[in-house]
Amino acid sequence: MLELKDVSVSYGRIAAVQALSLEVKEGEFVGLVGHNGAGKSTTLMTITGALSPVSGEIVFDGQSIVGMAPDEVLRRGIALVPEGRRIFGRLSVGENIKIGATVRKDRKGVDDDIREMLKRFPVLERYWNTSGAKLSGGEQQQLAIARALVSKPKLLLLDEPTLGLAPLMVDRVFEILEGLHASGTTILLVEQNAARTIEMADRTYVLRTGGRIQFHGTAAELAEIGDFETAYIGMGSA
Amino acid sequence: MIVLASSSTYVQYVMDSVAYGSLFALMALSLSLLFGVMGLMNFAYGELIGIGAYTMFYTERYGWFVMVLATFATVIIGALLMEFVAFRPVRHASPSTLLITSFALSIGLQKFAYMVFPPGSPRTVEPIPWLTNQFQVKGVLFSRLEILTWIVTIVLLVGMVLLLKRTALGVQLRASTEDFRMAQLVGVKANWVISSAFAITGFLAAAVTILYMLNHGDVRPNVGQGPLLIAFVGVVIGGLGSLGGAALGGFTLGVVINILSATLPRSIQGHTLMFAFLLVILMLVFQPNGLMGSIEKLRRKRVAQEVPRVAEEPAS
Repeated sequence: MLELKDVSVSYGRIAAVQALSLEVKEGEFVGLVGHNGAGKSTTLMTITGALSPVSGEIVFDGQSIVGMAPDEVLRRGIALVPEGRRIFGRLSVGENIKIGATVRKDRKGVDDDIREMLKRFPVLERYWNTSGAKLSGGEQQQLAIARALVSKPKLLLLDEPTLGLAPLMVDRVFEILEGLHASGTTILLVEQNAARTIEMADRTYVLRTGGRIQFHGTAAELAEIGDFETAYIGMGSA
Repeated sequence: MIVLASSSTYVQYVMDSVAYGSLFALMALSLSLLFGVMGLMNFAYGELIGIGAYTMFYTERYGWFVMVLATFATVIIGALLMEFVAFRPVRHASPSTLLITSFALSIGLQKFAYMVFPPGSPRTVEPIPWLTNQFQVKGVLFSRLEILTWIVTIVLLVGMVLLLKRTALGVQLRASTEDFRMAQLVGVKANWVISSAFAITGFLAAAVTILYMLNHGDVRPNVGQGPLLIAFVGVVIGGLGSLGGAALGGFTLGVVINILSATLPRSIQGHTLMFAFLLVILMLVFQPNGLMGSIEKLRRKRVAQEVPRVAEEPAS
C-alpha cells in the first residue's frame, strides 16, 4: 500500500532522514520508533506532502505521491494525526470533526460516519459545541483521531499520540488503536513508547539518529536482537 | 481652548464617530483575515481603495448602480490579481519577504497610477445629494449616507460572522487563520482558501471605498494610504490574529480619532493622529496583546476557574 524507497529529507544542510526505505501493507499495523531527533515525525510529514524529500520515491497504491500537496495526499487516502494533536482550538468540537471531512463529497456518508465516530468517542458528542481548546489532552487526542478518521483514510498515520497524556489515557489511546486495527484500518504509528508499540504492531522499524533504519522486524524478531534489547526496549516502557 | 458642547452636539459626535469607526472596522477585518490566513500584512490594501476610487470617478456618469457594480467588480478582480501575480509566487516565503512584497506592490501601483493619471485637473467623485445632504432631528444633523454607512457595516459584519460561523468556507478560513499547515493537512485547499480570503478582502474594500469616497470625494493615487494606516493600527490594538479583535480595534480607533478631531482645540486639530497614536502606544504598554488578547486572557482565566476539567478521563 505504501512504500518509501531511499527517501532523504533535509532541513537546509541538516539531513533529517537518509535513504529511508519502509513498507506498509494493506491492513497492517506498522510501528516506527527511535530516539528524539531520529527523523520519525519528519518521515510522516514527508509522506503527507507537508515536506518534500530531496531524493527517493514515495509510492501509495501504486502511484508516486512525491510533490503532491497535503490536501491531494489526503484525497488519495492518507490521513495524519499529528504530534501535539494540533486540533483547532477556536473551532468547536463539531467543526473540528466536520473539517476532517473536507475532502469528501458524499454528504450523507459523512453524516453517517460522524454519527459512528460519536459512538466510538462519546466524549466528543458531549462537548460537540465546546471549543477544542477547552478539552483535556486525552479528549483532544480523541478529537484529533476522529478528525483524521472522518476523512475515511486508507492509511492512518499517527505521530506520538500518547505524548503528554496521563497513564490511564495512554491505555485508552492504545485501546483505540487496537480497535481501529481490528476493524481493518491500516496504521503507521510513530511512538516514543517503543515497548508497547513493538508489542502491538505487526512489524516495527527502528530509526537511529539521522533517519536511517537500524532494526526492523516483528516483536519476536526484534526481541532476538541483543543490541536492540539494550538500546530500545526499556526506552518507553516506564 | 476646548469648547463645551451641548448634549445634542455630543450625540452628534457619537453618531459621526460610529459611522467613521465602522469603516475602519471593515478595513481592519479585511487586513486581519489575510494576516491570519497567510501571515501577510497587506500594505497594498490601500491601492485597492485607489482602484475603487478611480473606478467610481470614471463610472459615476453612468449612474450610481453601474458605479457601485463596477467598483465591486474592479476591486475584487484587483484583489484576486494581487494574490495571483504578486503573492502566490512568494506564498511560502518568510513573513518579511511577504511584507516587502506588499510594500513593493503598493509603491509600484501608486507610481503606475501617477504615471497614468498625472496630477493636473483635480478628480473628484461627486457627492450624491440625496445621500449626502444633511437633515436635522432634535438638533442632531444626519445624512442618509451616515445611516447607510451604519447599515452597510452592520450587514457586512453580520454577514461576515455568518460566513465564518455557518459555512464550510468560513470554518476553513477560521481553521486556516489558526494553523494554516494543519488546515492543509485536513484537506483544506491552500489556493482556494487564500483566493477566497483575497476575494472577501476585495469585497469589503469595495464597500469601504464607496462609503469613504462618497464622504471625501478627492480621487488621488494614494487615496487609500491614510485610512490604511489607521486600519493597520486598529488591527494591532485589536490583537493580531483575531478577526473580532481587529474589527473592534478598527472601530475603536476610528471613534477615538473622530472624537479627538471634533473636540481638540483648533490650533492642534491638525495633529489629531499624533494624539490618537499616542493613546494607542499607551494602551499597548499596558495591554501588549491588544484588546482581544486581554479579553481572551480574562476568558481563559474565567474558564479555568469555572470548569475544573477532569484530566484525561476515559471516554466511555
